[in-house]
Amino acid sequence: MNDILICLWSANGFDRATQGVIGAGRRLADTTGGQLHAVLIGAEDNTLVEATSLRADHVLVADRPELHEAQPELYLAVLTGICRSLQPRAVLLGSDVYSQELTPRLAHRLEGSSMADGAELTVAEGGALRVRRTAYGGRANAVYELGRQPAVVWLRARGFAPAEPIQDHHGTVTHLDIELPETITARIAERYIEARDGVPLEDAALVVSGGRGLGGPEPFEELRQLAAAIGAEVGASRVACDEGWVPASWQVGQTGKKIAPELYLAIGISGAAQHLLGIADAKVIAVINSDPDAPIFKHAAFGLVEDYRKVLPALTAKLAELATR
Amino acid sequence: MNILVCLKQILDPDIPARDFRIDPERREAVRGSADLVTNIFCENALETALQLKDAHDGMITVLSHGSEEAEDVLRKALAMKADEAALVLDDDAAQADPLQAARVLAAAARKLGSFDVIMVGRESGDWGVGQTGGLLAEELGVPFIALVEHLDVDEGKLRIRRQTDTGTEIFEVTPPVVISITNSENNLPRIPKTRDVMKSYRKPLTTIAVADLSLTPSSDSYFRLVEISVPEKETRCELVEGHNLEQRIDAFAHRVAEIANTTR
Ligand SMILES: Cc1cc2nc3c(=O)[nH]c(=O)nc-3n(C[C@H](O)[C@H](O)[C@H](O)COP(=O)(O)OP(=O)(O)OC[C@H]3O[C@@H](n4cnc5c(N)ncnc54)[C@H](O)[C@@H]3O)c2cc1C
Repeated sequence: MNDILICLWSANGFDRATQGVIGAGRRLADTTGGQLHAVLIGAEDNTLVEATSLRADHVLVADRPELHEAQPELYLAVLTGICRSLQPRAVLLGSDVYSQELTPRLAHRLEGSSMADGAELTVAEGGALRVRRTAYGGRANAVYELGRQPAVVWLRARGFAPAEPIQDHHGTVTHLDIELPETITARIAERYIEARDGVPLEDAALVVSGGRGLGGPEPFEELRQLAAAIGAEVGASRVACDEGWVPASWQVGQTGKKIAPELYLAIGISGAAQHLLGIADAKVIAVINSDPDAPIFKHAAFGLVEDYRKVLPALTAKLAELATR
Repeated sequence: MNILVCLKQILDPDIPARDFRIDPERREAVRGSADLVTNIFCENALETALQLKDAHDGMITVLSHGSEEAEDVLRKALAMKADEAALVLDDDAAQADPLQAARVLAAAARKLGSFDVIMVGRESGDWGVGQTGGLLAEELGVPFIALVEHLDVDEGKLRIRRQTDTGTEIFEVTPPVVISITNSENNLPRIPKTRDVMKSYRKPLTTIAVADLSLTPSSDSYFRLVEISVPEKETRCELVEGHNLEQRIDAFAHRVAEIANTTR
């Protein structure tokens, strides 16, 4: 079979990551000459069903009360069942924690192959899926060929272009009748969402980020003020998160958020490969660092070699003055 | 709790970018003078296990699939106060794909005992594919939870906290379970005491030859690396100019504002 299946969570709506997965799936199905199937798990969201059906050939709605909040064990059962009957060539997921967690398990159940953090998909002669991604903490680019079918891949979803609606097209919409396992031994019992004002880091056009060079949690308050002056969000290096200065969800990099802002202003961050991997798609990188030899300067468009403590309040005041309303 | 922590030895991921080269024949990083180290997320896993043991008692076994050099990783873990250590000796371990690695680890785990919690790092600092944990869970037929940062025990059940994109979630789990550990402010690996480092060399270490696990070789590979290259993408950074700091801050602010004002 040449069909492609994409797995979407209804709770996310038609967000940028969802659009990226749909776009990747559409183009891959057009390449293989197969049909694009989209399964939407969770409480049915009409806007998402509609938007998906304009771009996919078949929309499968998996809506049961037990699925309204994510339960990986149940999601895995649903996806395994669908894949067994559809026999897709490839299964694509997004970059959220559930997608990451389900990818190898689903591949194993289907005797396929899996890959993480796909940045580009191509089809080799002979039909095997090829996935481009980074290796060695962003120091190298690698292309893998996934020989076994299906190829199950979670994508760096926001990096994939969305698909336009297909002219005069409306895919079929099917409500699935699903059976769920009666008992599961691992269940999400509590969920905590961190309070965060403003837009998610991944969606921010401007990001100001701090690292070990800030020396503690207090300077992040100054960073927040600087960010507020230009309407930016605040991120951090892993060191700043591991030190407990800011929450783990602020981490930018290989194992943190991968972001693509218009401007990334790095303050007191050295520019380790693993950190740079998270900002590879940033349009402009600007730096404030006291060490002129910090590697991050090699990736920046402009910079200021200075102790941030001598810069921050004055820079914030100047930016507030320059901001157009 | 009986805990198994899987530890992978990798090329030091902190080698400076200017020293990083790919061997085009072998399609992997040139080792050069770089050290071999324990993958950081595996150390976070061991630290998480040690904290669970400190709070609730238990037994920690560490397991590595690697060459003879991987003994260093296990000795260090013993110095951090893991109770037992086992090495699956395999000269081809570095070439193993994640499914082969998962099969080896699953077979070794069965041989070593019965475990309530099996921990792996979220991904390795070299290839970073991050598939082994999920595949290991499936090989063992138990649930899998990714990106865990903390565990607690409550009346025989595990309460497992993991990171999400926007916060955390707590799983209630009846063991056994496989979990992958991510870094957090609470699981920075402890530094072993010199005395414990000395002692670790006198502790027993079980060696299992990979051939003794009687695994049937798989007919096809899980995936194949077909291309690897090092991107050249250094830019020329313009350092803002001015006669004094005030002028340089002013110039920097103008560059920032120019971009900021177009995004509104
Ligand atoms: C497998 C793996 C995954 C990883 N994933 C990530 C990831 O996702 N994200 C991430 O960030 N890291 C990640 N890392 C860690 C990464 O390798 C670096 O250790 C980390 O990014 C360094 O953080 P930093 O730049 O804040 O600290 P440092 O490297 O210590 O740099 C601090 C910088 O601050 C500057 N500085 C000091 N004082 C001042 C001052 N007063 N004013 C101005 N500048 C000052 C210094 O000159 C220096 O350049 C990962 C590592 C591994 C092995």
